[in-house]
Amino acid sequence: MLLSFRTIMRLLTHNMLTSHVKGVTNGYPLKLQAENIKVMSVDFNPEFVARMIPKLEWQALIQAAESIGHLGDLPRELMPEYESNEEFLKMAHHVLMEVEVIEGNLECPETGRKFPIKNGIPNMLLNEDEV
Amino acid sequence: MAAPVCSTGWRKYLLWLAHEHLEFRIPEIQSIAQAVGSPLEICDTDYDIKSHPFVELRLPSEEDARKIIGRSFLSRCLLELWGTGQTAEELHKVLRDYPTELSVPYMRQDTSFRYQVAAFGKTLTMRRKKDIIDALDFLPFQGRVDLKNAEHTFYVLEDYGDDPTKTPEEPYRTFFGRWIGDGQRKLIDKYAVRKRHHIGETSMDAGLSFVMANMAATRRNAVVFDPFVGTGSLLVSSAHFGSYVLGTDIDSHIIHGWGRSTRHNKKWRGEDENIRANLRQYGLEHLYLDVLVSDAARSVWRPCQLFDAIITDPPYGIREASQRLGTKDNNFVREEDCEVQSPTKTAYTLSDLLTDLLNYAAKHLVVNGRLVYWLPVYRPDYTEKILPRHPCLRLVSNCEQVLSTDISRRLICMEKVRDYQESDSAEIVVNPYREHNAIRDKYLLLAKEKKLKQRTKKDAQTKRTSSNSPTQET
Repeated sequence: MLLSFRTIMRLLTHNMLTSHVKGVTNGYPLKLQAENIKVMSVDFNPEFVARMIPKLEWQALIQAAESIGHLGDLPRELMPEYESNEEFLKMAHHVLMEVEVIEGNLECPETGRKFPIKNGIPNMLLNEDEV
Repeated sequence: MAAPVCSTGWRKYLLWLAHEHLEFRIPEIQSIAQAVGSPLEICDTDYDIKSHPFVELRLPSEEDARKIIGRSFLSRCLLELWGTGQTAEELHKVLRDYPTELSVPYMRQDTSFRYQVAAFGKTLTMRRKKDIIDALDFLPFQGRVDLKNAEHTFYVLEDYGDDPTKTPEEPYRTFFGRWIGDGQRKLIDKYAVRKRHHIGETSMDAGLSFVMANMAATRRNAVVFDPFVGTGSLLVSSAHFGSYVLGTDIDSHIIHGWGRSTRHNKKWRGEDENIRANLRQYGLEHLYLDVLVSDAARSVWRPCQLFDAIITDPPYGIREASQRLGTKDNNFVREEDCEVQSPTKTAYTLSDLLTDLLNYAAKHLVVNGRLVYWLPVYRPDYTEKILPRHPCLRLVSNCEQVLSTDISRRLICMEKVRDYQESDSAEIVVNPYREHNAIRDKYLLLAKEKKLKQRTKKDAQTKRTSSNSPTQET
């Protein structure tokens, strides 16, 4: 398997990002528009996935995954005792860590302002008039 | 010497520290103990560790001892301490009194052992080493001596102090113990900056970046963040300990790996000179989460306790000028070949940077998570009051690395003790950081003065040698 040297943005990261344009009160979640996606195999670490899930906004994850067509069978609601459900954790791992956005945009839900993703790296810098 | 085993069953160990970065050594060990989940008790002795780098500790188990020494970069080795004395006679007496139930497992016929004799502050002759070993004849070892693959190694460690002009004939103190493990100083070579794929102008030496990861008590499955990630050198050390890593930087060139290379003989950074490639070099790529181009002064994260540790070396303007997005006309020249939008940047005082950093940490660290960062200090004016404070963060340690007579930097380690509230805010009680690039100016001025002194000295020397040296003619 040829490892790509390009960097990526993961859905795990997207779940944490918010728009910080001046004056915006509803900047989360950013709408994900992906022009180029890669699915790459990443070592499955169930403890890590289980640790991350409480930090996530689950609905935002579902929305984002669905919008780029990679939701798969991931349940729309978290079930109790998901930490010990290996099958579930595997699906969550896939969506959080293995779906990589290479090119695209993150759009502020309130202002429509787009933050570009290039080479897998989101550029969150604001313009002078937005700070 | 006090009892080798105290009432709680904790044994005594001897830690032989490295003789550098003096202030960092004990905080490093204490942070490591926290990271591996081991309680640790430092014994009260009269050793002045600045000149005699030995610490006696108590630990609950040998497993804990191994875990701790297995992460330390500022320690040479750890021994299970059997005895110590200011003279050989004293040591031998203590060893004769060592409880049999503790020594018996290592004296058995079916085991193998060997001695190592080492000294701090002196190079011992082979003769001396042999004499020392011979004098231990009374120890009831029944096993086989195996110099290459012994099951158990026993150290005799002599302390001659660190003053080469005053090396005594006999050591100040001798220690005897069973070897548990060595510190990780060899890894420093493996991760040495010159070997690393991606070098920026301020890549910190590998040893200190591991010390920072230890101070932050990073561990497996933690999430570690660097808001001034640059080339990612601090992320490599956290990934080494099994943490997942994330970074942001305002400079898209560095993040993408574009632009001029700071390594000799290389013009442009290759596409594979980015942070992810750096991690890949050490087999740590699976721990890479993401990097983003972003201004550390403006958090891009939703309000959430995301990070177990924030580890960073902020750009305090000494080598790379500080920048921040603003609305002034301060065009910054670094835009060659840049397709990515780079808004003009304005002065960002160190004072703002530090308060922003602490506020950021208070918001986004988990409770008990740590912030570890370097603070530049003008030494003549230093007091504890210049350390930035925040109601959510408590100061864990503050270690000085002296860079010149007047300038040093301090590694500050803070721990989040409670949840963040809207009213919480960072403050700097006595604030030398308000003027833009104030520290940088002082540093540059001193560097200039030094250069001038050196040049004057060199000129004087050249004059002398050219008038003295005879011309060589065949």
